[in-house]
Amino acid sequence: MTRLTGVLLAIVGGLAVLSLLVGPAGFGPGQALGALVTGRGEAVTLVMREIRLPRTILAILVGASLGMSGAALQGYLRNPLAEPGLIGISSSAALAAVVALQTGLASAFALALPLSALTGAFFAVGLVFALAGPRGGSLIVILAGIAISALATALLSLTLNLSPNPFAVSETVFWLMGSLADRSFAHVGLALPFMAAGWLCLALTKRGLDALTLGEDAAGALGLPLARLRVLVIGGTALCVGAATAVAGAIGFVGLVVPHILRPFVQSRPGALLLASALGGAAIVLAADIAVRLVLPDRDLKLGVVMAFVGAPLFLHLIWKTRAALA
Amino acid sequence: MTTKQRPDAGKSHGRSTSAFAPKCTALWLAALLSLGVTLAEAETPTRVVSMNLCTDQLAMMLAAPGQLISVSSIAHDPFTSPMHIEAQAYPTNYGSAEEIFLLAPDLVLAGSYSNPTTIAMLRRLRLRVEQIDLVEDLSQVATRLREVGEILDRTAEAEAAVDVFEARLEELRAPVPGGPLTAFYYPNGYTLGTETLSHEILSAAGIPHLAERLGRAFSGRLALEELVMADPAMIITSDPYPAASRSEEILRHPAMRRLTEPHGAFVAGNEWICGTPHVLAALEELAHERAARQ
Repeated sequence: MTRLTGVLLAIVGGLAVLSLLVGPAGFGPGQALGALVTGRGEAVTLVMREIRLPRTILAILVGASLGMSGAALQGYLRNPLAEPGLIGISSSAALAAVVALQTGLASAFALALPLSALTGAFFAVGLVFALAGPRGGSLIVILAGIAISALATALLSLTLNLSPNPFAVSETVFWLMGSLADRSFAHVGLALPFMAAGWLCLALTKRGLDALTLGEDAAGALGLPLARLRVLVIGGTALCVGAATAVAGAIGFVGLVVPHILRPFVQSRPGALLLASALGGAAIVLAADIAVRLVLPDRDLKLGVVMAFVGAPLFLHLIWKTRAALA
Repeated sequence: MTTKQRPDAGKSHGRSTSAFAPKCTALWLAALLSLGVTLAEAETPTRVVSMNLCTDQLAMMLAAPGQLISVSSIAHDPFTSPMHIEAQAYPTNYGSAEEIFLLAPDLVLAGSYSNPTTIAMLRRLRLRVEQIDLVEDLSQVATRLREVGEILDRTAEAEAAVDVFEARLEELRAPVPGGPLTAFYYPNGYTLGTETLSHEILSAAGIPHLAERLGRAFSGRLALEELVMADPAMIITSDPYPAASRSEEILRHPAMRRLTEPHGAFVAGNEWICGTPHVLAALEELAHERAARQ
């Protein structure tokens, strides 16, 4: 274990404990952690084990999935702007999840929700990759993403507008901005298997992504199976982003911000960046989820809002740098 | 607002539709012709349009045959309208000014929270619009009945309805307070305060209300963990609408399920929304529930 991994693990651990301690129900940290471990005090235990614990776990899982996907996409496309939210993967997954919910497919069998979302994500990644071609030019990737994102967002609004459920329309903001409020272990169980499969796929790309830094031709000459690498990146990203979006909505910018911050610490090796970004993603989503509960506790402030405050300025900065590089 | 949603038409319910289109030209002419009459005097109205769920109920109860010509679209919705079967006899409107004007009404009944732009437009078109206030305590049910009776020129019917309502209310009012500590918990964690009709119904049944203990006069979001900590013995909630929504998912949260064991949550039906004599059905059900849980 490298020093960076240790530091990141400590940060995630600290934020996870903090996340367990933040909430509107007024009881002290000692009582909270005591009830969580020992089960003493019926109401406190219920709050800790059924409300705050699944929320904290889900923040870690969702953050790790999004951070790792961002790192893998950027490594494969060799483009620091590639991010699941920005290139329309998250919104496509959200659209597919909403369709599964509104058609009743998700209530017919529970796994239909994550399966549908990852199918949506899969189509979006596939489309971006096909449009970007083997060289993955920055501009093409972003433009393709804008088009896919716009279409998915519009169709998502349409689907919710057509719903017979009067609450559905107001949920557009949840699906587009993401939130972890009042999620339960049912959601953890639904998402975890798909995320774990996604992490495995992405972990297998480690050496391929490192080799790819030499350029596609050189990597091919080294005997790198490029087709297999491509399948693993597409599949892993779809699994990760699909499962995360199905339970938490589309949370943008995690996959952009985290790899960008951590890249210098891993000497820009895309392979090493994968694990670091998973941990960093978990930390940043935990932090954002703590922030939404502290800033506006009664309003269910959306995670995507907080992430956009951090992510959008960085995105503009990266565009500036890209422009300078092109000039 | 006292209830889980505004009882106005023009929502995205989209369940019931009615075809006005072929009649439009004829109605347009009728509208022009009737303008003169409307201006002349507010006599006994003969073409009444209601655009609010609660005025729908009062009008259906009190109007003379043929006097009421249209009710709001949500009057047909079994989830919110206790008179959805009776309402089938009336064409519906979606509460837009254009649509209502073309019906050529000589009286429009609206709620005090109906879309103000629509109301202003209808008044600009010189239609008579009467806005009926919300009911915040049970004694106001009689007031509203009399008010609408007066407007529709059906005072005798209104008095009769008031007598029946008040007699039954006295029978149902619980003499001794008791029963489980109760909280209202609706989609999105929306809970009701003490200044609501639902609180009045609960109090009439003698049941203690959590909002009173927490000192919450107004309705609003209550975090699930705050509800768990308050540990109410009974939770009143709503029936899920068709097609899933994340707003309603909170009602199926494992913590919520644990909290409502072993009896399950009490589902507030469509009688809880409007301050009309239908609240008696809610009171009756609540009395049964209280007896069953003792």
